[in-house]
Amino acid sequence: MKATKVLDAKGLACPMPIVRTKKAMDELSTGDVLEIHATDKGAKSDLTAWAKSGGHELLDMEEGDVLKFWIKKG
Amino acid sequence: MAKTIAPKQLAQKVINHEETLILDVRNTDEFDNWKIEGGKVEVVNEPYFNLLDGIEPVESKLAKDKEIIVVCAKGGSSEFVADLLEEAGFSNVYSLEGGMKAWSEHLEPVKVGDLADGGALYQFVRLGKGCLSYFIESNGEAAIIDTARMIETYEEFANQKEVQIKHLIDTHLHADHISGGRHLAQKVGGTYYLPPKDATEVTFDYTPLEEGNDIMVGNTAVKVQPIYSPGHTIGSTSFIIDDNYLVTGDILFVKSIGRPDLAGLAEDWVGDLRNTLYNRYKELSDDLIVLPAHYSFAEELGKGGLVSARLGDLYNRNSGLQVEDEAVFRKMVTENLPPQPNAYQEIRETNMGKITPEIEKQKEMETGPNRCAVEG
Repeated sequence: MKATKVLDAKGLACPMPIVRTKKAMDELSTGDVLEIHATDKGAKSDLTAWAKSGGHELLDMEEGDVLKFWIKKG
Repeated sequence: MAKTIAPKQLAQKVINHEETLILDVRNTDEFDNWKIEGGKVEVVNEPYFNLLDGIEPVESKLAKDKEIIVVCAKGGSSEFVADLLEEAGFSNVYSLEGGMKAWSEHLEPVKVGDLADGGALYQFVRLGKGCLSYFIESNGEAAIIDTARMIETYEEFANQKEVQIKHLIDTHLHADHISGGRHLAQKVGGTYYLPPKDATEVTFDYTPLEEGNDIMVGNTAVKVQPIYSPGHTIGSTSFIIDDNYLVTGDILFVKSIGRPDLAGLAEDWVGDLRNTLYNRYKELSDDLIVLPAHYSFAEELGKGGLVSARLGDLYNRNSGLQVEDEAVFRKMVTENLPPQPNAYQEIRETNMGKITPEIEKQKEMETGPNRCAVEG
């Protein structure tokens, strides 16, 4: 998937993956896609819930040792 | 930097019924599934990611001078939010150390009573999961029933009391938590007991629990008397301790009864459950004090955190014991059951010795509520 920007949040624990994601998202424009890499397992449900509450769209997610997310700015 | 509070201090507040205000900053799905309850706990939920731009979403719900304990999954986000609250002028904010993960592991010992010939009985309350285990000490020796995974807590307690742990007993093969019984028995050179009918697939040696074979603790006659009481599992065994207490395992709780489906055999075992609750236990003295392996509702935590009830009283007020019609009872315990506990199949396999997950994985398997009961 084509991402506008890739954010490396590997090795960061809660709440940092979301704090960084939010900051990166603030710098993007509507319709841009942010790709996030994280290793904190809590990121999965938190990023999903955060995207929803912020009006963004979670396009895809890949599970594994590194979790990958693609979020489209709303 | 915000101040922190240890799980032990929070546990004291809960069991002493102190007014406690918690701000849980996990996402709402996780909060709805499992949260801190009991005593006079009041909980407000607002996910931390809604507070990144400012604390307005919670500002009106919280008083600036009141004590607020912020809680998250592992302790990182709660510290972050506690700092935000302090910056906004809240003066009495604490972050729970280790979050719900640490809370789930905390065991709080509560004294049940003294035994007739010396010694005492303690209930270890696992507030984060609603699991209860029992520590019986008499004349330098101890037995533990339904030992939790965190065996160090019992070892420390035994050291304080200067007693030697001799007997590790499980009332049944657990599906909601990983038993510490086998490991503690290995560590202290004690005996690990299981009901043989629950142990047909286990991969280790154990001593079978059998009705009629009393277990002695210390030199004094503290009998731990097994009673075969199937229903939650086919092997479920209860114990009469000191002719005064009835440890019921997951068969009978204070406000509910055990569910017969966690080993996958609800239809087959419902008759056993009925027989145990409506016949076998009825033959016992009404004055026995019931001590269950779980509680499900915060209001079951009594004075000082003790969960117990007189058997005769439960026959009057526990809704699971009031169902005269056998068909209605069958329907109640086989249909509309609550969701099964997190990872219950893997937990059973771990307790059988078939798999040995690493410690972090074990912690993860145990998260969430116990869900071993059926409401009448």
